[in-house]
Amino acid sequence: MGKTLAEKVWEDHVVRSAAGEPDLLYIDLHLIHEVTSPQAFDGLRLSGRKVRRPELTLATEDHNVPTLDIDKPIADPVSRLQVDTLRKNCAEFGVRIHSLGDIEQGIVHVVGPQLGITQPGMTIVCGDSHTSTHGAFGALAFGIGTSEVEHVLATQTLPLTKPKMMAVNVEGKLKPGVTSKDIILAVIAQISTGGGQGYILEYRGSAIRELSMEARMTICNMSIEAGARAGLIAPDEITFEYIKGRPHAPKGADWDAALAYWKTLKSDADAKFDKEIFLNADELSPFVTWGTNPGQGVPLNDAVPIPESFGDEQERRAAESALVYMDLKAGTPMREIKIDTVFLGSCTNGRIEDLRSAAAIIKGKKVASNTRMLVVPGSARVRLQAEAEGLDKVFLEFGAEWRSAGCSMCLGMNPDQLKPGERSASTSNRNFEGRQGKGGRTHLVSPLVAAATAIKGTLASPADL
Amino acid sequence: MEKFISHTGTGVPLRRSNVDTDQIIPAVYLKRVTRSGFEDGLFAAWRSDPEFVLNKTEYQGGTILVAGVDFGTGSSREHAVWALQNYGFKVVISSRFADIFRGNSLKGGLLTVILPQEAVEELWLAIEADPKTSISVDLEKRTVSYGSKVISFELDDYTRWRLMEGLDDIGLTLRHTNLVEGFESKRANFKPKTLPVLS
Repeated sequence: MGKTLAEKVWEDHVVRSAAGEPDLLYIDLHLIHEVTSPQAFDGLRLSGRKVRRPELTLATEDHNVPTLDIDKPIADPVSRLQVDTLRKNCAEFGVRIHSLGDIEQGIVHVVGPQLGITQPGMTIVCGDSHTSTHGAFGALAFGIGTSEVEHVLATQTLPLTKPKMMAVNVEGKLKPGVTSKDIILAVIAQISTGGGQGYILEYRGSAIRELSMEARMTICNMSIEAGARAGLIAPDEITFEYIKGRPHAPKGADWDAALAYWKTLKSDADAKFDKEIFLNADELSPFVTWGTNPGQGVPLNDAVPIPESFGDEQERRAAESALVYMDLKAGTPMREIKIDTVFLGSCTNGRIEDLRSAAAIIKGKKVASNTRMLVVPGSARVRLQAEAEGLDKVFLEFGAEWRSAGCSMCLGMNPDQLKPGERSASTSNRNFEGRQGKGGRTHLVSPLVAAATAIKGTLASPADL
Repeated sequence: MEKFISHTGTGVPLRRSNVDTDQIIPAVYLKRVTRSGFEDGLFAAWRSDPEFVLNKTEYQGGTILVAGVDFGTGSSREHAVWALQNYGFKVVISSRFADIFRGNSLKGGLLTVILPQEAVEELWLAIEADPKTSISVDLEKRTVSYGSKVISFELDDYTRWRLMEGLDDIGLTLRHTNLVEGFESKRANFKPKTLPVLS
């Protein structure tokens, strides 16, 4: 019987397999940041252990760094200690780090692909659930907790039980104004936030094959929002073209050997998936969330749903409490919802294509009165590229704030937060209660919807302008 | 890690589904570089509400959290496990846990027990009827019992053994260092390295 892509990558990394025990998998790349690593390094010190393979480990500062005044010491002493701790740990254990102010600094999931260090067929882990992003390259990539971070640091392996396999088939052609963000929000609305639990998702079909690497990363990024630890896409010419020539891409004979291997990385025609779901790309329109989990989304053309319309009692109760938190009335057209803050950024939609597509919509216009827009590039390089293209001026003339790279308002850990009761349209990945700041209300949107919303002051798509 | 064989305590009914990790502990509480002190951030947004279950006098001292479906969705922050443990919880019961949270809990010695939703609902009613209800979670027998009820739960033998022995995964893996070395000697040359720094 044939194998799925994920099974092939899995099997290529098994160090040890024993009946009744998890497989021991080798980890090709371990990404690290300041929030989920300090206790892991402490653990190493306590047991007198070293980092087994520093040359397969890479650290960057992203979650808890400011996006203003990055040339000054971090104002919050607790945040400063956390960032300093990462720097000290990396120095002590010989780990490469890209600190604030470094040209390679940025959100860990933007930095890896940008360096060409994320490649097909790899196993990639990080103490961050959005590590699934790297699956866009046909890598098996997933988030881990701090105990596992310590395990990978010490052994370069991880004991894991093989998940089940789910195929997410997206056939057809996206209409103009519809993006990969809308695909993944529609997938999550279809299978719910728990639908992917215990599975690895493989996104397939004609609509996926046509996407750029950055658009594919947006989809894989939010696999965890469907409950799946990992999601991946078979590598193809678009993938190889993206990697070629990047700093850490293989060169010469290594490139040929790598390419020959990468071309084997696809699910066999007779591979068996434990579950399959289907989505028609032709029918998709811009998608937005109304509730407090990423599965609570509807097309922008629709209205806030009526809780009684949910057959499942748990879902009905969840909808009722979400409407209270979000201060929304059932039946309100989504387009009538007023937005205070538009956030463009994050590991989901903070790449150069995202900034370009939003800039093209707002160019020559002004931000709606009573609405503010925050633009946070995913990495220092994305910021520099955008500035080289003059996008910073487009955003600034529009009335948006142009910031330095980091996770920023996606998780509200640094000073970039919503105030209680404030409502955002955000290109990030989670609309959880209080995620972007205590009492803040989040609607997840694509960069195109974010841009149109910043112009109108209410949820909108470019077609509404 | 401390051994987990069995635990007896009282329950706290958290009648909410989809309790995500941002609700268990918001990001602003993740700045500590230690493993302790996270109890302040536990359910921070709800703690200011006197009606929130953790604030009710009848549930003080509870060590078994009984939560709705899809507990622990969202981020990989192990701080969510530490916050629950720092607060005093030993066991969390739900009908479904998010994968990463579940993995983190079982690595850190916080026992997460999956029971059918009907059993969770019955347990909620029992605790609400009598908050002093004594609940026993026996890992050896893989049962949850209270009153005259005994409910079995599933947990794979390997994880159960590791918890009952209080074994740390790293120590177990280091027994196989020779296999890791063997694997490394056969890794493809084209696999990327982060050092030296190239740009």
